Amino acid sequence: MNLAFSPQERAFRDDVRAFVRAELPRAVERKMRDGDELTKDEYVAWQHRLSARGWLAPNWPAVYGGTGWSVVEKHIFEEELATCNAPRSIPFGVSMVAPVIINFGSDAQRAHYLPRILSSEDWWCQGYSEPGSGSDLASLATRADRDGDEYVINGTKTWITLAQYANMIFVLARTDPTAKKQRGISFILVDMATSGVTVRPIETIDGGHEINEVHFENVRVPVANRVGDEGAGWTYAKFLLEHERSGTANVAGSFQLLDRLKTLAKAQRHGAATLLDDPGFARKIASVEIELTALSYAQLRSLASESAGKSPGPESSFIKITGTEIQQSITELMMEASGYGALDARTNDAAFYFNYRKTSIYAGSNEIQRNIIAKRILGL
Amino acid sequence: MDFQFTTEQTLFKESVDRFIADAYGFERRMALAASEEGFSREHWRDMAELGWFGVAFSEEHGGFGGSAVETMILMEAFGRGLVLEPFVPTVVLGGTALAHGATSRAHRDVLASVIEGDTLLSLAYAEAGSRYDYGFVETSARRDGADLLVRGAKRSVPFAAAADKLVVSVRTSGLPGDARGITLVLVDRDASGIARDDFRTVDGHRASDIVFDDVRVGSGDVLGVVDDGLALLDVAIDAGIGALCAEAVGTMSVMQRMTLEYLKTREQFGVAIGSFQALQHRAVDMLIELELARSMCLFGTVALAGDASRSERAKALSATKVQVARSGRIVGQSAIQLHGGIGMSEEYAVGHYFKRMSMLELALGDVDYHLDRYLHAAATIGDTLAVAPRALETV
Repeated sequence: MNLAFSPQERAFRDDVRAFVRAELPRAVERKMRDGDELTKDEYVAWQHRLSARGWLAPNWPAVYGGTGWSVVEKHIFEEELATCNAPRSIPFGVSMVAPVIINFGSDAQRAHYLPRILSSEDWWCQGYSEPGSGSDLASLATRADRDGDEYVINGTKTWITLAQYANMIFVLARTDPTAKKQRGISFILVDMATSGVTVRPIETIDGGHEINEVHFENVRVPVANRVGDEGAGWTYAKFLLEHERSGTANVAGSFQLLDRLKTLAKAQRHGAATLLDDPGFARKIASVEIELTALSYAQLRSLASESAGKSPGPESSFIKITGTEIQQSITELMMEASGYGALDARTNDAAFYFNYRKTSIYAGSNEIQRNIIAKRILGL
Repeated sequence: MDFQFTTEQTLFKESVDRFIADAYGFERRMALAASEEGFSREHWRDMAELGWFGVAFSEEHGGFGGSAVETMILMEAFGRGLVLEPFVPTVVLGGTALAHGATSRAHRDVLASVIEGDTLLSLAYAEAGSRYDYGFVETSARRDGADLLVRGAKRSVPFAAAADKLVVSVRTSGLPGDARGITLVLVDRDASGIARDDFRTVDGHRASDIVFDDVRVGSGDVLGVVDDGLALLDVAIDAGIGALCAEAVGTMSVMQRMTLEYLKTREQFGVAIGSFQALQHRAVDMLIELELARSMCLFGTVALAGDASRSERAKALSATKVQVARSGRIVGQSAIQLHGGIGMSEEYAVGHYFKRMSMLELALGDVDYHLDRYLHAAATIGDTLAVAPRALETV
């Protein structure tokens, strides 16, 4: 057993770090550290720099512009971005729709969409959840009725992250209302400039505007915008969800949050000392830091078995659950650490806590994750 | 990065697993726990012949050149079998103190005899006033010519009645909480002036409270350097934590497996109870905790096997103990709850795993103690923004 990274892997980490230090604008770094929202231009500018270096799409096959990195190198890359407070590239295009298009799309779709993702010309968003279909996604009611060589889409999609910046949306819609639940669903790519698409902002409890509702009223889309087979959308949707979940643990991001928590606690006067010197509060911080350490080794075990070509063991399946619960514990402590300061709506100390409640809900709620593990791994 | 065992380690694991499967059925274990000494001398000889007592020691110490990884392999299997033999007090705690503190031919002979299986040891560090803090030593040793006279009391010394020799922490200078002034001495179990109160522990092991009334110790029985025994204790305790955490992972893995089988076979309301979501989610949490504990245990083992500094090692092992204890409590309590009434029955195995796990939580320091030790070690290393608590002064 040797749990250290190899010299080559350490050199790779240094390369990534040097790149980020050189390319990441200070203003963006500060915003990321403080939890402030980035503008669309800031995201796009950062993605341009990643793309120019050839690092925007590590998960793609090299032939389409991927990096050809090993599992461990991809992990190091993600970790370094988080450690340096760099934004993650917006996942909906690069990490979500692109793998579906690569695996199930047509040559024409690959030729058209993939370069536009690499150039950030397209900003994608995800049209999955509906007001009546959350955890039970397959009950979705949005319809795409065939009319010649077009689909006519009607329905409402909700909780759509950064739809206000997006020009493209991938939609799960029912193309066969008579088929059994999962069967009649298709995966359709929609230009948001199409007539009949409207976006309504949803303000969240932390005061932010991240998510939106998108309405479709007689939106006409060419049949050629369907990915793969008609009625096979559920299979593609599940494939995509696996990709979505793998990014949600964000262990390195949690180590950053933990640093922020310590800085916050150190800035709080507590009698003659600081809150960080309070043995009770220090134990709380140590507790979550230790659990995060355990999770990071669980994740490395999972990576190691993936690198060795084995299918991921049980440890990979719970990383979403534990990773998000830890993020929530840290943000909870940030609010506690801030004390009366958390009341001040001009700070983000409580906003972090409110905002991070989303993590155990999105990408399949943690209860749904437990259902999946119970069924697939425990055989219950 | 490599989480795999070497070929030798894999073969070793197979042989250990086979022994435990053959020798350690539940009924046999219960009979041994009820016996006079609380373990099997026959097993002890078998284990010695298999070379298990020397496997983790370097060749220079008379061992076979393995490391904490081999100890982890052994202890995880011991956890699965609820093994009773005093391997940890003799080989891990006592043996590590000897290996690192031997200053004479006589000391090395004792270690060789431990590896042969002929000498049993235990480590006497806990006191009435110390709780888990092994740096708090009131038991005194005053000079009498070239000898030391030991006076004081130690509590909960594991398997002391079976131990031929005890490694005892004594204060040779300073005040009870001082880091300097602690010395480790080797004392014969039956030395004049020793009074032992032996008892059964709730998990079927044996332990003793021991009073030392001017027990004479020769200068040749001092391990390591006088007044600098804390460094030696650090090494031994950290090795012990690594071993107990691996045992806990084995113990948890059995509780997790037994509970899952029970959920699939026990029927109520006309269906297997594992079909109920509330129980499924608890079963998933058991799996999660087991895997977190296992991952952390690997981390702790590598910290022991590598060349980590004293504080880095203490930080890693305390983190490991915290995680394993917390996970173990969740797994153990869930195992009893999901079994229902049968989990409460002394005749049924799962309760015995639960009791062992509960004692493993406390042994060599509980969660609160190790949170403070972790914080103290982090502050000593100078970790970024490390927290400096006042509670712990011993590392």
